[in-house]
Amino acid sequence: MSGHSVEEIKKETAVYLAVFAGLAVLTGVTVGVSYLHLSPGPAIALALLIASIKGALVASFFMHLLNEKKLIYSVLILTVIFFVALMALPIASEVGATRF
Amino acid sequence: MDIPYTVEPRPDTGLYNGKLGIWLFLASEVMLFGALFSTLIVLRSAVDNWHQTPFNVPLATVNTFVLIGSSVTVVLAWANLRLNNFKKAKMFIWITFLCGVAFMGIKSYEYMEKFAHHIYPSTHNYYATYFTLTGLHGLHVLGGMIVFAYLLGPGAKMWETDPQRYTNRVEVTGLYWHFVDLVWIFLFPMLYLL
Repeated sequence: MSGHSVEEIKKETAVYLAVFAGLAVLTGVTVGVSYLHLSPGPAIALALLIASIKGALVASFFMHLLNEKKLIYSVLILTVIFFVALMALPIASEVGATRF
Repeated sequence: MDIPYTVEPRPDTGLYNGKLGIWLFLASEVMLFGALFSTLIVLRSAVDNWHQTPFNVPLATVNTFVLIGSSVTVVLAWANLRLNNFKKAKMFIWITFLCGVAFMGIKSYEYMEKFAHHIYPSTHNYYATYFTLTGLHGLHVLGGMIVFAYLLGPGAKMWETDPQRYTNRVEVTGLYWHFVDLVWIFLFPMLYLL
């Protein structure tokens, strides 16, 4: 089919199942951390950190980003830059804003 | 009509067209959901009384497992197509589709429960952002389910005529589905836990 041996594909399958187990554990951790009732700053930082690790696992292994072509990486780097701007600019415009 | 580079990679990009296409589309989807996340952050920071009646965390946790599980099954479907095992691949696509049904079922129950308590988007920004984000995400889940239904139904004929192209279609749909899962991975803590 697409240039990978049966053994390689079976190894990949084992990796997918391992990543699923990791994602399941991290989901449990996410919920568990919410019961610690941390103050908003650390709570948000920790929740987003765990979500980012989960997202990185999905992107790297399920979406095969670890072995992708340079063009895809270029598209995604551009996306990240604009995403950061999209998040930062509205928040920056609100910081110190006076409410009447 | 024979569309070029649906199977063979283009010499300049090193990719078949569908793969580049779906990644470009997902880049635009990042901006769409990013804008809404940004809105949620700004609206939330603006008021002291953000939290209203808490959302159903156990149900949403189940939904998280459902969607993560469906991400695994769709990639296993693609792996089985590469092993020439169409029957097993079809089973995994079916499981992915049914996970989508389960997710939408749980979401519908959550929405109905809210409406039964007279909670609507207009009730408070807390709910407006919840319904907007989960509603848009739900529409994306529905879109993916429609494509899986096609790949299981009339689209499955392509396995007989052009198996590599069919495998590429499943891969590309899988990439979209993983993105939908990724969005939920961030939505779940932001809406339900924080």
